[in-house]
Amino acid sequence: RDFQQADVKYLSRWKKWKRTSSKSLKKMLNEVKGLSSYLVLWRHDIRNIGGRFGTGIQSYFSFLRFLVLLNFIIFILMFGFVTLPTIISTYGIFNSTVAKISPQNIEYNCTIYEPRGNKGLVYFFTYLQDLFSGTGFLEVTSLFYGYYTVDNVWISMMRYNLPLAYLLATFAYLALSLLWIIKRSVGGFKQNLVHDADQFQSYCNKVFAGWDFCITDPNAAWLKQRSLQYELQTDLEEERLKQKIADRTIKEKLRIYSLRIIINIIVVAILSGCFYSIYRVTVFSQENSNVSMRTDSIDNMNFLANLLVQYLPSMVMALANFFGLQIFTFLIKFEDYLPAFEIILTLMRCVFLYLANIGVLLFSLWSQISDCAAGKCEPCGYNYELYPCWESNVGQEMYKLMLFDLIMILAMTLFVNFPRKLLVSHCSWKLIQWYGFPEFGISDNVLQIMYGQTICWIGTFFSPLLPAIATVKYFVIFYIKKISLIHTCKPAAKPIRASISNLFFLAMLLLGLLLAFIPLGVSIASIPSSKACGPFRNFNTSWEVVPVTILEFPIGLQKVLFGMASESFAVPIFMVTCLIMFYLIALSGAHKRVIEQLREQLVLVRFDPLY
Amino acid sequence: TAGRSCGDGLLGAGKHCRFPEGLLLSHSHHRAALVLSSSSAYKRFSELLPKEERENARSVRIPKSHILTLPELRANPFQHRICHVFSTSEAGDDSMSFEDFLDMLSVFSDSATSDIKSHYAFRIFDFDDNGILDRKDLEKLVNCLTGQGEESRLSSAEIEQLIQNILEESDIDKDGTINLSEFQHVVSRSPDFARSGGVQQ
Repeated sequence: RDFQQADVKYLSRWKKWKRTSSKSLKKMLNEVKGLSSYLVLWRHDIRNIGGRFGTGIQSYFSFLRFLVLLNFIIFILMFGFVTLPTIISTYGIFNSTVAKISPQNIEYNCTIYEPRGNKGLVYFFTYLQDLFSGTGFLEVTSLFYGYYTVDNVWISMMRYNLPLAYLLATFAYLALSLLWIIKRSVGGFKQNLVHDADQFQSYCNKVFAGWDFCITDPNAAWLKQRSLQYELQTDLEEERLKQKIADRTIKEKLRIYSLRIIINIIVVAILSGCFYSIYRVTVFSQENSNVSMRTDSIDNMNFLANLLVQYLPSMVMALANFFGLQIFTFLIKFEDYLPAFEIILTLMRCVFLYLANIGVLLFSLWSQISDCAAGKCEPCGYNYELYPCWESNVGQEMYKLMLFDLIMILAMTLFVNFPRKLLVSHCSWKLIQWYGFPEFGISDNVLQIMYGQTICWIGTFFSPLLPAIATVKYFVIFYIKKISLIHTCKPAAKPIRASISNLFFLAMLLLGLLLAFIPLGVSIASIPSSKACGPFRNFNTSWEVVPVTILEFPIGLQKVLFGMASESFAVPIFMVTCLIMFYLIALSGAHKRVIEQLREQLVLVRFDPLY
Repeated sequence: TAGRSCGDGLLGAGKHCRFPEGLLLSHSHHRAALVLSSSSAYKRFSELLPKEERENARSVRIPKSHILTLPELRANPFQHRICHVFSTSEAGDDSMSFEDFLDMLSVFSDSATSDIKSHYAFRIFDFDDNGILDRKDLEKLVNCLTGQGEESRLSSAEIEQLIQNILEESDIDKDGTINLSEFQHVVSRSPDFARSGGVQQ
């Protein structure tokens, strides 16, 4: 302060004013920042969780918050561009009308679509069943694709091309998710890339930067000390194991490699078993639910049976996921890898299992929809008798999966975690004490989240209001997990650090998103859109609306756009992108070398008298 | 007080501490010039004093036992070292004046640069105050981190292996000790130290 006051005397008036105004501006910005941080959702809760359970678990919860926001934005996008115009025009608000162009050149049979809707007397059980499986009254609401059977919306002389908007909104939400995830992960990735060469610095990191100076609770401090101890011991043990592995004899190596091959074969067998059972169950569920829909004989007694059949694919998938996870965790112990690699490999296998299960479900749905044996889909290109509006059916499956996911999470917390905690704290049998308190397994939870979010991404095209359900679902899950964590779980002995876990969550999410592109791409571009419902009735496939719209542009623009899509443009672009990538890789390699050289110089500086 | 964040890793990220806002530092000439934009630091300091002495809090030194009742220091295994490092008391009793208290808060706050933080971290870890971190310092450091009880200490073989690894990673001139520049070099590349708050934005 003395220095600053001394300086002030010698400054001109202009500079004085500048300095005071910049100071007050900084102060104002700080205040604004402080105030706006109060608006952040769940700020207080997440900080408390971080203080009690560590930063790894804290980043899981801020990850949940990110998903709530992401799904909410996607919902706003789809609602604003697709649902709102449809609703406005359907009810004639703002002088708007709907234009439904009857499909030309299409067989009449393809356009027959009579959803049960609100016809007739609705029993209570039918109502419940419809609520949980998306059929009946729910099928004709704006929740599903079938509601948007609109070709154009006229809002007092302006034409709103709804099919194009539907498709572009889909691309927009996928692009938005991709960009947002990449932006969030770039920060963590940058650090990891720079420190990649210094993986051997992990001990210094743990010892010098290991203590969390924010811990104020002595109990939390004790826990942190235990976790640090455990972490250091595990790392030292891993180093000793590495040494042991390096000292393995040829005979041991052969034994281990053959064991690994056998176990991988077992894993592949298990995966195929899961896929096959999901395929069979989906086919079974589709066949039987269709029968009951068509004969319209909903008996009160059969209500549960019907619901069971509807949810059979979701149940089998949840079972397959759960047992797959347990089996993989068990098998990997025999493969004798390093502990860190064990975790990564198990997770990779589980991620593959979860995502491939979704893929198999969709594939089996499509095989039903495109089941063209015996000329069933002659005029329309898809099985029009059973699936007059197949996009709605796919949307219903995604809706069921999402609901079941939420129910499972609720059920696991209520019926497994809480009883377990009660049992362990009140019963002193050795077996139960060995079972122990439930631990908050970050990897399991993240796998579940990734699974749910992938379903949401795939399903939003077929069911535009699904992101709203996802937002509410993650909102509820936050509180469920928080209560479960605080009241039942004990802090993990080996907590994951925040810097690693953030990257890990986002990488999993990115994998899910990339997987979601595939079924959407196939549905949009390859399977003929249903001719009985939806905005793409007059097009062969959903994608076709884009070329058709481009053909309406002025000739010059058309030529440019078609040129951009041709090979003569794509190949040079691809080569340029490759060149840029190689340049950047070379640049980062050069930087790493410079860092090494500077390090060596540091050593020389100590001893060279010239310096 | 609306707390500004303090460290997760050493003096780094993590946002729920109660260190007060608005301490701006300009670190020229190795001495922090403090510009107080809020009086919450003063309030907290005077709360540690008995009522009678609160009026002239600026000139009073608080004994170490009172400082250690601060929530941030209470559960900290480095509490004694922190008091010792920030105390400018000639009597060697680790008592802190208001200036010392402000120094401590400013180093722990978000707005301190990572240079300052690593400098003070080095001094805190230097248990025998000889300006370098040698094996004995590192051993005491590790024992502080893992806890003082019998079953929470690492075995001597493990400590030996750990110290060997630390020296391999950070001792550039291979003299068996870590000096300040080596420490700052190592800590500047530590992801948990630099994640947020520890590095100047």
